[in-house]
Amino acid sequence: MTRAAVRYGVTALVLVAFTTAVLLLAGAPPWDAYRSLAVGAFGSWGRLARVLTVWVPLTLCACGLLYTFRIGLWNIGVEGQVVMGAIGATWALRHPAPSAPVAVAGALAAGVVLGAAWAYAAGLLKTRGGVNEIFAGLGLNFVAQGFVLWLIFGPWKRPGVASMSGTAPFPPELWLPTASWGRVAPVAVALAVVAVAATAALLARTRVGLHLSAVGRNPRAAALFGLSPARNMLLAMALGGGLAGLAGALQVAGVYHRLIPAISSGYGYLGLLVAMLAGYRLAPVPVIALFFAALNVGSIQLPLVLEVDSSLSGVIQGAVVLAVLVVHGWSARRAPEGTP
Amino acid sequence: MHIQLVDIHKRFGAVHANRGISLSVGAGTIHGVLGENGAGKSTLMKIVAGFLPKTSGEIRLDGEAVSYRGPADATRRGIGMLYQDPLDFPALTVLENFRFGLETAGRDPRALLADLAGRFGFDLPPDRVVERLTVGERQQLEILRLVARNVRTLILDEPTTGISATQKDVLFAALRRLADEGRSVILVSHKLEDVQVLCDRVTVLREGRVAGEAERPLRTNDLLGLMFGTVPHPPPRCENPAGTPVLRLDGVSAPGGRAGLRDCTVAIRRGEVVGLAGVEGSGQGVFLRVAAGMVRPRRGRVLFEDAPLGRRAAAGRVAFLPTDRLGEGLVPGLTVREHFVLRLPRVPFLLDRATAGPDARAGIDRLSIRGTPGTPVEALSGGNQQRLLLALLPERPAVLLLENPTRGLDLESAHGVWRELQRYCDAGTALVFSSPELDEILLAADRILVFHNGRMVLDTPASRTTPDELARAIAGLGTGAAA
Repeated sequence: MTRAAVRYGVTALVLVAFTTAVLLLAGAPPWDAYRSLAVGAFGSWGRLARVLTVWVPLTLCACGLLYTFRIGLWNIGVEGQVVMGAIGATWALRHPAPSAPVAVAGALAAGVVLGAAWAYAAGLLKTRGGVNEIFAGLGLNFVAQGFVLWLIFGPWKRPGVASMSGTAPFPPELWLPTASWGRVAPVAVALAVVAVAATAALLARTRVGLHLSAVGRNPRAAALFGLSPARNMLLAMALGGGLAGLAGALQVAGVYHRLIPAISSGYGYLGLLVAMLAGYRLAPVPVIALFFAALNVGSIQLPLVLEVDSSLSGVIQGAVVLAVLVVHGWSARRAPEGTP
Repeated sequence: MHIQLVDIHKRFGAVHANRGISLSVGAGTIHGVLGENGAGKSTLMKIVAGFLPKTSGEIRLDGEAVSYRGPADATRRGIGMLYQDPLDFPALTVLENFRFGLETAGRDPRALLADLAGRFGFDLPPDRVVERLTVGERQQLEILRLVARNVRTLILDEPTTGISATQKDVLFAALRRLADEGRSVILVSHKLEDVQVLCDRVTVLREGRVAGEAERPLRTNDLLGLMFGTVPHPPPRCENPAGTPVLRLDGVSAPGGRAGLRDCTVAIRRGEVVGLAGVEGSGQGVFLRVAAGMVRPRRGRVLFEDAPLGRRAAAGRVAFLPTDRLGEGLVPGLTVREHFVLRLPRVPFLLDRATAGPDARAGIDRLSIRGTPGTPVEALSGGNQQRLLLALLPERPAVLLLENPTRGLDLESAHGVWRELQRYCDAGTALVFSSPELDEILLAADRILVFHNGRMVLDTPASRTTPDELARAIAGLGTGAAA
């Protein structure tokens, strides 16, 4: 416990030193920058709502990635799975439904299915085709991105002229309802919370979690226990892809209310960082996702207040990752042999 | 070279591997370091060879205290070591390995290699790629490399593991020659017979301390007493009339290992104990994996109770224990209890801390595993891991396939394993095991299959063969009519 505390302390110190150096290099007074970030993220209910809107997809993606990390797979394809989830939701919403709630529920379900299918495809390439899942996922990301552009500029283009601003917005009754105090969909937040709880239960308290661990840690021994590594890998991919697809569907139904080219906003890749920083454990995921979300939203203020480009938040995110990894590396090297 | 070790301590975290060891090796002698597994032999020798730093103590070479900056430094000072796993470059040829970092002083390395090999009676093709050599040949190459660098003390760590009887004879002759030339040889082993045949003087280690020293003539009971405190009894033999065939291989060829398995036809009968002999990688490992249904034969059929063997069909009836316990048999990171959960015939969807808990405790008690249900398996010692694998076996297997079941175990643990296996044998299970130790095979098996280069070259009742015949078959020298 004290070791962990020391580690968090050291991480925070390294982090502040890193970012302060970056800010000084960029010519921004660090203290004002930090203040501006905090105010930008939490200064009003509206801003908090925006932070939560980013927190939802980050948390969903990171939760999904825990399944694949558990079995030892690098699901880089999570980005494409978010995109496919968004496409699935858009496709469903373009079809008539008996009522608006049914339409939205169907859209979310379609997103989950398409995200899971996309991940399953990467899994099949791995287990049947012998393609490393990193390359399979990366390839499928490009395919998904191309697919989205083709849809926006082709079959689903706006009446009149196709544009980078996406498909025509859906009628407001098909939007996920937003909270009275800010532009965030409570349903989306609730779904993310449920995903965290379900992931915790599934990984720690069920056969699924144990089987994923067994295959991930020693596929050959798992086979001796009668477990099929391929089947479990596909299961992990489908679970992870389903959550990523849900994230994409929520971007469509709850945030943009249409399909846009940058629908995933890179949240899949950011989700990978969240999962890694969490040490592949679930408990820190919501907190780290919140931190990243706050950084993302808070940095929108930077150019206005300090005349610093908002891309600085990307630099800070990078600094966070490096700081955590460096401290990880140090503590691993200092640990006596034989202790994990 | 006269080597003195004074009060050497080595700690790895909480483990105190060497606890104040002092010993002295004279020039021109062959000195044995004997002890069961985990006694601290390899650690001590890695310290002497500069591979590990010592925690405290002193190393004196010809009376002068030294401290090394690494193994290369130790070699410069005249100390060379043959590790249990050869530290060579498998992708390079014999000659390329030989000349690596060697200062030949203008001599042609090829001629130097041929010259040295001839002097020791080694037969090493200079242009062969090292990964295609046997373990014994790689050892020979390593010895020549060290001799060419003029080491004055040669340390060998368990050199007779995995080499043929012929190669052992050649090795021992070479070591005697080195001693006659005035070099010191330190032989680390847990095998009494090696030490007895070769060594002038023996230091016995037990639990990280010097248990005692002995000089020629080295008497078995004296050494065993020093190693264990008391002399353990060998386990009883399973005496079972062999029953009807239960597992058949019919013209099976399969890939894997160095030589694969070629055209193997054999029937294993109920209740018999079959020992698989041969140089490591001659086909025994593939044989066991094919019989376990883990490797699909390229040609031929495997029949279990007269039906084709499938993973499902034989579930729980054909069990396999791999030699690499943490690599292939257990899942590091999972606890003992979680392994028992995985073994349940139907794993419930919801698990809690009590699932399979009673099974785990029963297994721990029955096999006296030093650990608790919550212990992660990688924290168990090798012997306890092996006992855990035994505890995880299905209740009533028809065939038990064991790859080198006592590898790395000391005599007492090995006997414990055999006592447990006995139980299965008494219940009518057919045991098939491989072992690099001919003694173990002769002691435990009632039928012996010898493998050479992927082929089964001998199938004989244990009672009707001799160590000599087996050794010839292992070396591929043919038997009976072919000889």
